[in-house]
Amino acid sequence: MLLTSDVVLLSRVQFGMTALYHFLFVPLTLGLSTLLGIMETVYFITNRPIWRTMTQYWGILFGINVAMGVATGITMEFQFGTNWAYYSHYVGDVFGAPLAIEGLMAFFLEGTFIGIFFFGWDRLSRGVHLVVTWMLALGSSFSALWILIANGWMQHPVGAHFNFHTMRMELYDFYSVIFNEVAQAKFVHTISAGYVCGSMFVLSLSAYFLLKGRNIEFAKRSMTVASAFGLASALCVVVLGDESGYLTGLNQKMKVAAIEGMWKTEVPPASLTVIGFPDQKAHVTKYTIKIPYLLGLIATRSLHEPVYGILDLVDEARTRIRSGMLAYDALTTLQINSLDKHAEDTLNANQENIGYGLLLKQYTDDVIHANVELIDKAAWDTVPNVFVLFWTFRAMVGCGFFFIALFTIAFYLAQRRHLLHNRWFLWIALFSLPLPWLAAEMGWVVAEYGRQPWVVDGLMPTFMGVSSVPVSDVWISLCGFVFFYTVLAIVEMVLMIKYIRLGPDTLFNPPNFSVHPHKDEVKCFNTP
Amino acid sequence: MLDMEVLRVIWWVLLGVLFMGFAVTDGFDLGAAVLLPLVASDDTEKRIVLNTIGPVWEGNQVWIILGAGAIFAAWPYVYAVAFSRAYLPILLLLLTMGISRPVSFKYRSKLPNLFWRRCWDWVVFVGGFLPAILLGVLVGNILQGLPYYFDETLRIFYSESVISLFNPFAIWCGITSLVMLVMHGGMYLAIKTESPIRDRALIWSQISAFMLILFFAGGGVWVATTLVGYQVVGGIDPYGYSNPLHKQVVSMVGAWMRNYSLYPITVSVPILGFIGAFGALLSARFGSGRFAFICSSMSIMGVIGTVGVSMFPFILPSSTNLTSSLLVWDASSSQLTLLLMLVAVIIFLPIVILYTAWVYRVLRGKVNRETIEKDMQHTAY
Repeated sequence: MLLTSDVVLLSRVQFGMTALYHFLFVPLTLGLSTLLGIMETVYFITNRPIWRTMTQYWGILFGINVAMGVATGITMEFQFGTNWAYYSHYVGDVFGAPLAIEGLMAFFLEGTFIGIFFFGWDRLSRGVHLVVTWMLALGSSFSALWILIANGWMQHPVGAHFNFHTMRMELYDFYSVIFNEVAQAKFVHTISAGYVCGSMFVLSLSAYFLLKGRNIEFAKRSMTVASAFGLASALCVVVLGDESGYLTGLNQKMKVAAIEGMWKTEVPPASLTVIGFPDQKAHVTKYTIKIPYLLGLIATRSLHEPVYGILDLVDEARTRIRSGMLAYDALTTLQINSLDKHAEDTLNANQENIGYGLLLKQYTDDVIHANVELIDKAAWDTVPNVFVLFWTFRAMVGCGFFFIALFTIAFYLAQRRHLLHNRWFLWIALFSLPLPWLAAEMGWVVAEYGRQPWVVDGLMPTFMGVSSVPVSDVWISLCGFVFFYTVLAIVEMVLMIKYIRLGPDTLFNPPNFSVHPHKDEVKCFNTP
Repeated sequence: MLDMEVLRVIWWVLLGVLFMGFAVTDGFDLGAAVLLPLVASDDTEKRIVLNTIGPVWEGNQVWIILGAGAIFAAWPYVYAVAFSRAYLPILLLLLTMGISRPVSFKYRSKLPNLFWRRCWDWVVFVGGFLPAILLGVLVGNILQGLPYYFDETLRIFYSESVISLFNPFAIWCGITSLVMLVMHGGMYLAIKTESPIRDRALIWSQISAFMLILFFAGGGVWVATTLVGYQVVGGIDPYGYSNPLHKQVVSMVGAWMRNYSLYPITVSVPILGFIGAFGALLSARFGSGRFAFICSSMSIMGVIGTVGVSMFPFILPSSTNLTSSLLVWDASSSQLTLLLMLVAVIIFLPIVILYTAWVYRVLRGKVNRETIEKDMQHTAY
């Protein structure tokens, strides 16, 4: 039975939309939780109440953000089952484990300690509360680790093989799944991106306070922490992003070729196209500005290794599709007679290409007898949208370099205690606020949209993974998500802006930074 | 290495443990949310109720996230079938419990505006009420079997269902689940609040405990006398590959009672459900909140355990293509995955329970007007 393309398309739109939306809240949670840990550590060491106020104020904003992160995260987990049932069956044996361990190891830590972070200020000693805050930060980092192990496996599936008895991928080496180099590179890249995001948040809003002439001491200290931590993170994010890119070059050649808009294999070392306009139909990238040798050096870290162009990779796909057809044929035989030794041997010999055979499924049920035209069509399906990848990648990298520059200046000014006198910089810092989110979202577009047509690279085409649910159901859920997420986005923004405007001076009024910071405070806002 | 049969049974038990963990912890959050409009009259009282669950609901909710993750990892077929077959109820569960509820707790008290708070009150209530019913409705449907089948590639297809997901038996189970969680939530509020909230909560809790006994018993009679259950008649290999298409299953009225006559000891599980509810009812009457809470926890375990024991070895029967039913013996992950996950559970679950217990200890004591009105850090809900 052919899958209706509407269900596939809508399921993809829904998953993409909810994932990108979820990731509006994740990087800030990652970054801000660590910054809260740093600020509270300073409070613990110095015992100066202003640092406690900082932890509490940024903590309130953290709380507003994290509620949305929690709310939108559970959607992601449930959607594998609701909309991607065949995917869940096909890879659950491998993919489910990191998700479950994430729950055990990370979410419990995060979920249990977040309550006590807010409610425990008066119930815990300073030291214990500090531990709680760090546990919270650790929990969110663990969560990122396991989810990226899961995602890394989708990018570079290792440690599993196909079992025709159960018609699914089964785990044989968990060690290689955990220490999957792609997953590890993605983890450090993503988490440092989160740190950049948290730092930018603190930096920009502190700049806002300084521009307004409010909370000067508070904002200067916050900015000092944010600029130092942000600079380190921004450097990490670019360096580790390069590592991630290098590994992509080894494992997902098509993605690299698409990112670079490179249609033909060049004589190594290949040149890097800085700007260009890829034309998917004509198979060329127009109006290019190139830097010689650079791509070859980055992507292969050698002078002799070639970076393969899209046309050559499509040729390779044709060969793999033919091998996949043999595997599919053998599998069909085995479904009738599971003892057929010859068929089992054929299947094993062509196992890694079975996903390529499945690419034909979207054009014909008779995969075994697909003609040259269909094979050609399927081979061209392995090329993702080059124009989108080319430009989203460049937007992300551009942001990355901008962050390094911005945080370097901020760091310099903070060290020199010149922050207050450079209003131009404060304005730039304030208006840079959305950029880390932009970069992070672009990064996910590159990673996920760039993996198409695969849901698990080379193993399972995305269209195979969907649930065979009625298209009306997917319309209903999609509309439901759009409605709920829009309302919540508005509510979240209203609260964020409200609490940013209130600032620590109004919230913890009067700002009494003497020995007992909260005993003399007057309740001013949170009246029932 | 543990053999496949043992691992599968262990994971069947763990499945139950996870559901019980969820119902016993997050269950009182849901119950308290349902009770919010019933036990609290002014805004401060509402905030008292919300703040009893405020610091803990998030950790509690992880049980269901972990539950879904563990089903995904250990029972991928079950995860795939249950979530996609019950697409719209799961969506509703997600939108209420998963998405609106966390936000409603957190955002309600962030603005002093009365309209704002009234709106969130509704979201909190619906976020407790609907999930409590929906979870029961889902269990009711699983007991009757879901209409689905596998093709030879083990892709899941959904047969046109003759009966809707919201059929009388499912609704009966939904109400059972609702009163069970309201009973539990009330007992929790009784521990964490002072009168008058405590008194009101205790009354609702006792009514619910009484209803639970009636509905649980009624459900039992229904299952024994008119509900179609399922029974495996051959083709089982507890050590075999997880392919659900190799066995033979028949359906008949009363098949879900078979385990109790085969292994009479299992009758203790439903009895625990009854005794727990009775104990909760009585001890609440004599004003012992803490003991009543323990009793209602027992009752919840008994009720959930009853579903599991009645259906064993079925996890998810198919009502339209009996062979496609998912059993403990043919719906699991591979041996290695089951083993690894078990190791992870053995290492991490005790740690989780340890720090959760510590947090509850830190937060012990009642929430009262003073706690709310003295909130200087703007963290109270």
